[in-house]
Amino acid sequence: MKVKMMSRNPDNYIRETKLQQHKLPRNYDPSLHPLEGPREYVRALNATKLDRVFAKPFVCNLSGHRDGVSCFGKHPKLLSALATGAYDGEVRIWDLANRLSARSFIAHNGFVRGIAYAKNGERIFTVGDDKTIKVWNSLAPEVGEEEEPVNTVQCRYGLHGISHNRKDNSFATCGEVCAIWDEQHNDPLKTLKWGVDTLHTISYNPVETNVLACCASDRSIILYDQREAQPLRRVLLTMKSNKLAWNPMEAFNFTVANEDCNLYTFDTRKLQTPLKVHFDHVSAVTDVDYAPTGREFVSASYDKTIRIYHAHQSHSRDIYHTKRMQHVVCVAWSLDNRYIFSGSDEMNVRMWKSNASEKLGIIRPRERSNFNYQEALKEKYAAHPQIKRIARHRQVPRHVLNAQRKMRAVKEKDQVKEANVRKHSKPGKVPYVSEKKKHVLKEEV
Amino acid sequence: MSKAPPKGRAKPKVPYKRYFDTDNAAADGDTAGLQPVKLKRKNQQNVVGEFIRMQTQSKASKPLRPNKVKAEATDPDEARKSHVPPELLAKYSRGEKVEARGVKTRHFKEQQERKEVYLDYATEQAARTELLLQETAGQLGADEGEITAEYRQEQIAANVDLQSASKHFQLKLEFGPYTMRYSKNGRHLLLGGRRGHVAAFDWVTKKLHCEFNVMESVADVQWLHVPTMYAVAQKSWVYFYDKKGTELHCVKRLTNVNRLDFLPYHFLLAAGNSAGYASWLDVSMGELVGNFNTGLGDIRLLRHNPSNGVLCVGGSRGVVSMWSPKVREPLAKLLCHSTAMTAMTVDPKGLHLVTAGLDRNVKVWDIRMLNDQPLALFRLRLPANELDVSQRGMLALSQGNYMETYTDLLSGGGTGDRTKLPYLRQRCDAFVHGLRFCPYEDVLGLSTAKGFHSVLVPGSGEPNYDALEDNPYETSKQRREHEVHALLEKIPPELITLDPNEITGVDAPTLQEKIDAKRQLFHLKPPAIRMNSRRKMKGRGGTAKASRNKQIVKDTKRKEFIAEVRQAKKSVIKQHSSSKELAGDSKPKPPRSVLDRFKPKPQKKHKT
Repeated sequence: MKVKMMSRNPDNYIRETKLQQHKLPRNYDPSLHPLEGPREYVRALNATKLDRVFAKPFVCNLSGHRDGVSCFGKHPKLLSALATGAYDGEVRIWDLANRLSARSFIAHNGFVRGIAYAKNGERIFTVGDDKTIKVWNSLAPEVGEEEEPVNTVQCRYGLHGISHNRKDNSFATCGEVCAIWDEQHNDPLKTLKWGVDTLHTISYNPVETNVLACCASDRSIILYDQREAQPLRRVLLTMKSNKLAWNPMEAFNFTVANEDCNLYTFDTRKLQTPLKVHFDHVSAVTDVDYAPTGREFVSASYDKTIRIYHAHQSHSRDIYHTKRMQHVVCVAWSLDNRYIFSGSDEMNVRMWKSNASEKLGIIRPRERSNFNYQEALKEKYAAHPQIKRIARHRQVPRHVLNAQRKMRAVKEKDQVKEANVRKHSKPGKVPYVSEKKKHVLKEEV
Repeated sequence: MSKAPPKGRAKPKVPYKRYFDTDNAAADGDTAGLQPVKLKRKNQQNVVGEFIRMQTQSKASKPLRPNKVKAEATDPDEARKSHVPPELLAKYSRGEKVEARGVKTRHFKEQQERKEVYLDYATEQAARTELLLQETAGQLGADEGEITAEYRQEQIAANVDLQSASKHFQLKLEFGPYTMRYSKNGRHLLLGGRRGHVAAFDWVTKKLHCEFNVMESVADVQWLHVPTMYAVAQKSWVYFYDKKGTELHCVKRLTNVNRLDFLPYHFLLAAGNSAGYASWLDVSMGELVGNFNTGLGDIRLLRHNPSNGVLCVGGSRGVVSMWSPKVREPLAKLLCHSTAMTAMTVDPKGLHLVTAGLDRNVKVWDIRMLNDQPLALFRLRLPANELDVSQRGMLALSQGNYMETYTDLLSGGGTGDRTKLPYLRQRCDAFVHGLRFCPYEDVLGLSTAKGFHSVLVPGSGEPNYDALEDNPYETSKQRREHEVHALLEKIPPELITLDPNEITGVDAPTLQEKIDAKRQLFHLKPPAIRMNSRRKMKGRGGTAKASRNKQIVKDTKRKEFIAEVRQAKKSVIKQHSSSKELAGDSKPKPPRSVLDRFKPKPQKKHKT
């Protein structure tokens, strides 16, 4: 007789001392893990529910300004520094790690219109309604010393915005003209002009650093090359664009925040039709900023909310609001991709998590792998109706809900009207125009 | 186990030149005339002699365009696949690949292809973990001129190690025919005697948890999700007890229960009673999620299919019907025997259904195909009264007080020629009333009218358990942890269907649904049209005009709808009649003549 019985040696399965980990032999044979599909589905459902349970995006409120916040400047190297300008001309530098106002000074008479850090973060450039460009040291002065600008440049025309070049020592301002400056000189190197309208925002391309984009008050977006004497191209939309942000990773794309409640993402090479129209806001969009990954961006709106979009999707993935937050004027995405800052009319700067349900603080490897697993599950089962419903649901303020309903009714009415006109006209007389093409009037070279 | 992760996209054939790469021509010049020797790991090095030159890992040393034949031979994919035998990959595979050919856009096609690469990788990694399994299955081989069926238990016990020999034991009990259950991890045993005796113990260490008499008849016993709680079907109601024998609960809604079963992933206690009711009790909520009359009469045979949670009920008419708690009709029915059934079981993998009837046959059915022909047929001299299938596919059956096991469900059966002999035989002192293989052990438990036998069956149990699923060595802390996780993953009873993976598939309409949709087209009614006329200034048309306008709009809408439906009907009829006409004789109509009007008119067809 040849006989062998399965006989487990307990030493291989039971830990010897309490200091050891429990021994957990695994066997991945599918027949030992029945009902794989339904169990995974339930896990995905739970993960989605937990995601909504833990969605607490508000981190803190930075109060200190004595008037509405008008603009932000992100430090290119320090994650804990943020400069904010207010309507009363005050600039504050925040220590975000300790949630304190590190420094404050009155920079301008009237509004601070723009703040930009130099490429190494040693200088701060501010422009204001008093037609001056002021350069400040980013280190606070010694105790007892006055806050003095390093340099002050008086301009002949109004200034509405400033942007610093990522790679060299030049910066650009906009106002009545677009001017390219050098840090060492008090006169602009170059001024560029197209038409007579006011330019109210300017932004350097982060990769192709000779290219700039401006938004003008004649509803156009203008592209410049700082090496050339003439502007490059211009595209005219149906309504005014308020702010412009370049995608930091796909630097040929940029997104503009428009007065008509939408955001438009353009490809520089093809300005005739936007790549994507981003809906969901119910009032004018005032500011937009990209995440450093270039996958997402955040937008601020006059409807007292901020929304987060995937760069390639039309509808927002999340909406942040509080009862006390008024019209949001400026917004910024931190360079570590974890936080969002919003500045609003009621003098507060708010700090939010970029991922509403993310756990802050130290995450142990097991926890991290569990989060990753839950992410994968949520993605895998995202199309299931029940999971989709839970993941998509957001509580929005009453005024937003009402405005959404109203906008939907208006849109439906327009569609019905267009269909009726089409029905009673000659075939082909009323063409179908895609939503993308409706908002771009013309492109000029 | 360190391996390069899979790559979705094929590598570009020509590696891009990087700033740190040296000039290729110069490198070639250096190595001219020297033979490159491949660097091996230390434990693989068996080359004796001088190394001329180590091949470095830098890209510069590779030829820019490898010649094609060589590239095929050293294709990394091929080399990788050859490590894992295909039958092992098939065991861990989750089905066939999705063909990217039918996918419409390039983006999704690429996405699908990349996903398949990752799935392949996952399958392979799972298959490679076979190496790490610690135990091997037991086996029993006969010597020259002997057969395994003639070995007695005492002989086997004498020839195995002490630990295994201690698993062979016998309990002589006096409270009448016994039923028994092993816990899911195979560590604990529950015995219930017809005359009220209930005993729970750790059968490996022989440590008794509790033993008492309920002073009522006991029809069946069943462990719940943890080996600290169990249910006992008593004379009229079902009672829950804990490990110490304390009564936790009495479920009066489950009456006259004959058979109990437990669905561990759904937390459902299934019961079949003598009036033909099938009931599912959610033990985590204490709620009856399903309770209805199956119309089968007294339910004596009840087993759940572990792979999908469907309850199989065997009837006295030889029909096995499959039930889900949320559907009042059986999901499937299978005529297994022309006589009454005596026993039924489902194998732990959920692939086969084994039934026995009074016609002395034991049949093995494919539970997923539900063909009318059994896969295997065992012809016995007496009808089998108990059946069970082990984790590794061994079949045990009892005829009266006589038990036989067969090594394989499908090929082990004698189909009349009696050449296939049983693997092991055992004669008990009394009629066998319960028969279960112990999970993760080479042991078969037999409960008889006079007690309990633990029989050694080498090679029946799965040797390697997964500790996150069932752990025979679990501590109380681990058990609690496991309970919480299991509760979080409790599958809702609505998901009990014949195909458990339905939820991961695409929700495409079935043929029946398509047919129904077409059929419905012929009974559609125009929907009610609600129209609110616009408010007009005073004096601009009265109510009469408004209501007339309303009527006009309604009429046009209804007409439009009717026209649409008619069009759709026509297309359906055309679609179905054209194929018929092609098949049948299609006579061309004779040309109409002027005098045709005097012909008698054909009678109108009545609606059927």
